Amino acid sequence: MTSDAPSVTGVTPSVSAPTLPSARPRPVLSSRVGPVISQILLSLVALLFLVPIIWMVLSALKPSAEAFTVPPTLFGSAILFRNFAEAWNYLPFGRFILNTIWVAGVGTLITLVASVTAGYAFARLNFKFQGGLFILYLSTLIVPQEVIVIPMFLVMQQLGWVNSYKALILPWAFTAFGTFLLRQSFITIPKELEEAAKIDGCGHLRILRNVIIPVATPAIAVLAVFTFITYWNSFLWPLIIVNDTIKMTVPLGLQLFLGQQAQRWELLMAAATISMVPTVILVLALQKYLIKGIALSGLGGR
Amino acid sequence: MAVLPVDVTAVATTGQVGRKKRGDGKAATGFLTPSMLGLLAFTAFPIAASLIIGFYNWPVIGSRTFTGLKNYETLLTSKEFHTAILNTLVFVLLYLPLNIVISLGLAVWIGSKSIKAPGLYRTIFFIPAVTPVVANAAIFSLILAPNGLIDSLMQTWFGVQAPNFLGSTTWAMPSVVMLSIWQGFGYNMLVFSAALDAVPASLTEAAAIDGAGTVARFFRIILPLITPSIFFAVVLTLISSFQVFTQAYVLTGGGPETPPPRWWCICTSRASSSTSWAWPRPSRGCYSSSSW
Repeated sequence: MTSDAPSVTGVTPSVSAPTLPSARPRPVLSSRVGPVISQILLSLVALLFLVPIIWMVLSALKPSAEAFTVPPTLFGSAILFRNFAEAWNYLPFGRFILNTIWVAGVGTLITLVASVTAGYAFARLNFKFQGGLFILYLSTLIVPQEVIVIPMFLVMQQLGWVNSYKALILPWAFTAFGTFLLRQSFITIPKELEEAAKIDGCGHLRILRNVIIPVATPAIAVLAVFTFITYWNSFLWPLIIVNDTIKMTVPLGLQLFLGQQAQRWELLMAAATISMVPTVILVLALQKYLIKGIALSGLGGR
Repeated sequence: MAVLPVDVTAVATTGQVGRKKRGDGKAATGFLTPSMLGLLAFTAFPIAASLIIGFYNWPVIGSRTFTGLKNYETLLTSKEFHTAILNTLVFVLLYLPLNIVISLGLAVWIGSKSIKAPGLYRTIFFIPAVTPVVANAAIFSLILAPNGLIDSLMQTWFGVQAPNFLGSTTWAMPSVVMLSIWQGFGYNMLVFSAALDAVPASLTEAAAIDGAGTVARFFRIILPLITPSIFFAVVLTLISSFQVFTQAYVLTGGGPETPPPRWWCICTSRASSSTSWAWPRPSRGCYSSSSW
């Protein structure tokens, strides 16, 4: 609208004349153009945001020693898909992935069992000190991992678990977060469902298995995915507890790459790309549930 | 400290009292046992142990001796610990407001009526939150290194060399903050998106009819309504930002070109290489666990 002002007081009528007819449909036009511009700008921001990931993939495909060039090039002198195969073989990266799948998978399973049972007790049972105990559970959430890492290491040492999968899995499978998330979900299930099952003669275990778990599957799925992703990305604890290459997880493998592969950035980027694939697929496949889960709980793997 | 005894009594008494009063006590004990045992062994016990170990000279091999508050004294007078505390505070002061502003801004933008396919944008901005931090940091080392993407672009476009981001004490902190925000704001953006979706459209429409502009509607109507979510996000982000470790460690300490700077934090990279630990208190952030 502001650009129309000069046309009214304009010195040259010949210029103002053609702008006048366009002045009237303008509100309609701007309400159509505005959103498009907004959408384009947002897409540009999203693209800029993705530059690091795009650059990673592009760098992973470049020939050796072309990661740093001035001026930068999108593609190197050749596009080498075999960098991925080479990265896979240079360090036992396949082994790292298998290790991580095993650790994250078993860890997720244990977390689910412990959280489902404890969540059921807090949400559907009545017992003394229920409220106080729940608050104690919650209070463990504010203790950062760094505080317990060193005493935990000493415990593992006493148990002789250093350099073992047990040590990678068990210490983080009993977090209060899972119990909290599932308790919040279980508590919303109508009592009538449970009572009907009780009249049919179901015990607690069967109520849990046949009523609660089927109804709360989305929440349990969210917990499973977050737990898996947290295990997959975990760095500090594996760094401390594992120093045997054969037991390493993917982030440790990447760190090893970073240390050893000073000259082979294309391999490091290929390895980084591989390490991102599983979690990105999980997020893309389950985005609807995940977004709902984060909106409910406000936290996931952080 | 308080966690341990209370937990134990709670477990012990639920069975007896529950039986007398409200039938579920026995079942509750059963259902809580796996989780409770795990939490006691792997959370409560280490927390108590960290407090106790802090009063000892506790070598990995050899005899331990009670030293009282000496570890605290050593720590509090240690220059490196001061630097670590200061760096953590600077990090939090930079990271927290930027994270909240960016995530709220993008949530509002994506949530506005004119944007089509908001789910797509939300997913895009959330992706780095689930990719391994080490991988994210590796990408940023490639981009920020000398002759990396930024330096190379600056040389091409402006003929100027970019500073050595990761090797200088001036630029390492902004680099770590940038990486942390890039990978970290996705969670808060989703929290804010959910809160914005819950704001009734009738309220903003009524305000619009009364002549409130976009800015007034945001600050007078929307912002007060989503204050609980903002508070929630601030608290969680504050807690997690005091715990920053991996980004700083990989970006400035683990890279091939940069020597590990001692100034960031005094953390044991390999516990096995240290001879003893003393943990002052369950505080947050990067603090010393190095040997003395």
